[in-house]
Amino acid sequence: MKNPYLPYPVRIKEIVTETEDRNLKTFKFQFLNTSDEEAFAYTPGQFAELSVPGKGEIPIGIASSPTEKGYVTFTVNKVGLVTRHLHNMNEGDVMGIRGPLGNWYPWDEMEGKNVVIIGGGFAFTTLRSSIVYMLHPDNRSRFGDITVVYGARSPGMLLYKEELAAWEQRDDIHMHITVDGTDDPDWKYNVGFVPTITEQKITSSENAIAIVCGPPIMIKFTQPVLEKLGFPPERIILSLEMRMKCGIGICGRCNIGDKYVCKDGPVFSLAQLKEMPSEY
Amino acid sequence: MANQVFTKEGWIEALRGLEGKYGVFVPAKDGEFHAFKPLADVKVPAFDFQNTRLSAKALVYPQSERMFEYSLDEKDPDAYLLKETPKDYSPRAIVGIRPCDAHGFRIVKRNFDNPEYRDPWWVQRFEATVLVGLGCNEPCATCFCTQVGGGPFNEDVLDVLLYDLGDRFLARGLTEKGDAFLGSLEGGAPADDAVLKSAADLAASASEKITGTVPTDRLKEKEINALFDAPFWDEVAFACLNCGTCTYLCPTCWCFDIQDEVYGKEGDRIRNWDSCMFPLFTLHGSGHNPRENKVQRVRQRFMHKLKYYVDKYQDGVQCSGCGRCVRYCPVNIDIRKVCELMNNYG
Repeated sequence: MKNPYLPYPVRIKEIVTETEDRNLKTFKFQFLNTSDEEAFAYTPGQFAELSVPGKGEIPIGIASSPTEKGYVTFTVNKVGLVTRHLHNMNEGDVMGIRGPLGNWYPWDEMEGKNVVIIGGGFAFTTLRSSIVYMLHPDNRSRFGDITVVYGARSPGMLLYKEELAAWEQRDDIHMHITVDGTDDPDWKYNVGFVPTITEQKITSSENAIAIVCGPPIMIKFTQPVLEKLGFPPERIILSLEMRMKCGIGICGRCNIGDKYVCKDGPVFSLAQLKEMPSEY
Repeated sequence: MANQVFTKEGWIEALRGLEGKYGVFVPAKDGEFHAFKPLADVKVPAFDFQNTRLSAKALVYPQSERMFEYSLDEKDPDAYLLKETPKDYSPRAIVGIRPCDAHGFRIVKRNFDNPEYRDPWWVQRFEATVLVGLGCNEPCATCFCTQVGGGPFNEDVLDVLLYDLGDRFLARGLTEKGDAFLGSLEGGAPADDAVLKSAADLAASASEKITGTVPTDRLKEKEINALFDAPFWDEVAFACLNCGTCTYLCPTCWCFDIQDEVYGKEGDRIRNWDSCMFPLFTLHGSGHNPRENKVQRVRQRFMHKLKYYVDKYQDGVQCSGCGRCVRYCPVNIDIRKVCELMNNYG
């Protein structure tokens, strides 16, 4: 009988420290058995359980795109027992990945539409996956305009800085990078909170779908901006975080209403969330 | 299907004769309560019990169980690779399980054996188990199985149903698995019509003894958020100590935690029953807790059983009416009253 709790063994191929506070690292994993990579076929928006024998498992959004072959990446914030241990692991170490888990951003629905991506802080991971996926030559023509508002506390807290700079140079994606504040005189992008920059830069909701991922406070203040722009709740897409264990809708922990965030989510439209108890 | 009659001594003797064919669990005295124990460890099984304090769920879904084991020794070529912990899935029988606890298995099966994922441990242990039910001649004051789709002689999920006829047991085979089990027993006699008639009378009179009503008919038409925001939760939760007794005794509570335990250079991944009554259950790494106060947690327990489950599976409530949570709650929180509040709200 197939065991859905058994992780695929992986090796850490590369570790990149992303932020100036050194609390965010990106881990690039390679599957020990190449057939597992095929079995781990994922779609942007999904997550997986990173499984560290001796420490436990943590649910983390997949930061790589399925268009990137040969590895899978996760950006991990150092907060608890497992993440602290993970941050001290080395390239070459063996651990496990269980997944892919959960649902994904509504790619069928997004086809032919303009896509507005709004991200804050370290929640940019599955949004990075989505951007890389959409910009891939095989996929770019399936979407209209792509506009990104991405903010962090300071320039040093932005994830994926080199890629952000590269996307800034492209003409098939509109980037609006912002920081809450900076004393860097050479900072060439925006200064201001994500909701404010969204209000300034996003001008239309026409034929558009918005994906919002960030800290609760950012989501709280971005939501009315989007509603004012005319985004109906069905076209505002959010990804929830919850404490999880099994990741497959069995252990009961991430239950909200008649949904499990791990299996029925983590991606929900605002319309769906309005029907659910706001217990997240 | 096979019907057989055993004297009470003959029944226990027949069960003892199953050694090597089935692992048999029977109810036995455990201090002032009753519990299911392996027959080999029990001098005198106690079939004259009302119900065990802990439900039979632990025999299929142990309170704590090893999932995987692994080595953390760098010299081991398999270091850090998880291996499934070997388990025994040889045939076993839970003899004397009450119909409410069997109904509990029907409910939790929806969770552990669903169209997308099958929990390998629960499924394999359940499939290896013969459920030999014992009808309830004398339901207790806290029983309300008839109100939630069951009954004191409900056959659902059972493989065999036993009727206590005073000096004898009638054993009725209900499934192929049950017939095979009865076929391995020695010392039974065929049941005549008179025995079957008195068994049927017994079942009918037992049902009539459950007189309390617990209305559930309007739960499904309620709006989730209306019930969630209902004004009675503060009062329902007021006395709750969040001790978790209700969830541990409940035959339909299935939530668990997964933990790693390390002993020197070796480790196990273990799952343990968990409870929505505990604040740690939902505490995020960031410190945020969506259910940080007890009212939220008490509401979660009742909403999950009596509304979320109802909406998700469209087939009754997540409660088998065994009454354990009512009987053992230290502050007398009564699911029957909460159900009535929810059903009649708005």
